[in-house]
Amino acid sequence: MADNNLRKPTISVTPENYKALTQQFTPKPTFVKNVVRAFVVGGIICAIGQVIINLFIASGLSRVEASTAGTATMIFIGALLTGLGVYDVIGKFGGAGSIVPVTGFANSIVAPAMEFKREGYVLGVGAKLFTIAGPVLVYGIATSIVVGFVYYFLN
Amino acid sequence: MFNMIIPAFIVGGSICVIGQLLMDLTKPKFTPAHVLVSFVTGGAILTAMGLYEPLVKIGGAGATIPLSGFGYSLAKGAMEAVGERGVIGAFSGGVEATAVGIAAAVFFGYLMSVAFKPKG
Repeated sequence: MADNNLRKPTISVTPENYKALTQQFTPKPTFVKNVVRAFVVGGIICAIGQVIINLFIASGLSRVEASTAGTATMIFIGALLTGLGVYDVIGKFGGAGSIVPVTGFANSIVAPAMEFKREGYVLGVGAKLFTIAGPVLVYGIATSIVVGFVYYFLN
Repeated sequence: MFNMIIPAFIVGGSICVIGQLLMDLTKPKFTPAHVLVSFVTGGAILTAMGLYEPLVKIGGAGATIPLSGFGYSLAKGAMEAVGERGVIGAFSGGVEATAVGIAAAVFFGYLMSVAFKPKG
């Protein structure tokens, strides 16, 4: 048997020791790096959004209208950058910093729709637009209705 | 024009950090889709409890551009409409308040998916 030819291990490694050893050699989790990147990228995207909103206010829109128009503009930018393939690069660097802003929502709409274009314009593009937007709308709208009901019965 | 940019950067960045921690600490259960859904839902619930409005006051776009801001608009719209129209407002208010965003997402999303080919 091959086993008999193997020399005895020179150090006694218990499973516990082995665990500790492997832990020593596994790369450290990149928590800190990811957090810093998410903060910077997410912060920059929101700062750009603020500049756009300020421009809408300067052009005479009310604060609420400007905020709505700013969100729509950011959705446009996010969708365009996804189409151009630029948002992928931002996403690889920024992690959640690129997912959480509304530009990331636009990205989650365009990316699968573009990918499944070959399956047609109805079941490909039309359906896949809502791969992630669907759940977001379902939970978002449902929550808002529950909130409305609770508010109604509390007042 | 440069009003509120620093607060937007700090508040927006911090909200994104929460998303990053959610993903990293629960790997691989929490996908980007889960992050987006929980931020919309969480934003709506925080708004109902009166906790998100102050964040919007402090952070401006830093609180409204993240998806939790979408939840904020939904919940705020529903509550305002209930105040004006009663219980029917619970159904109409949220979607009304976010109609521009939803329509923009569908329209621009469709346009870009048709216009561009996926890379790679």
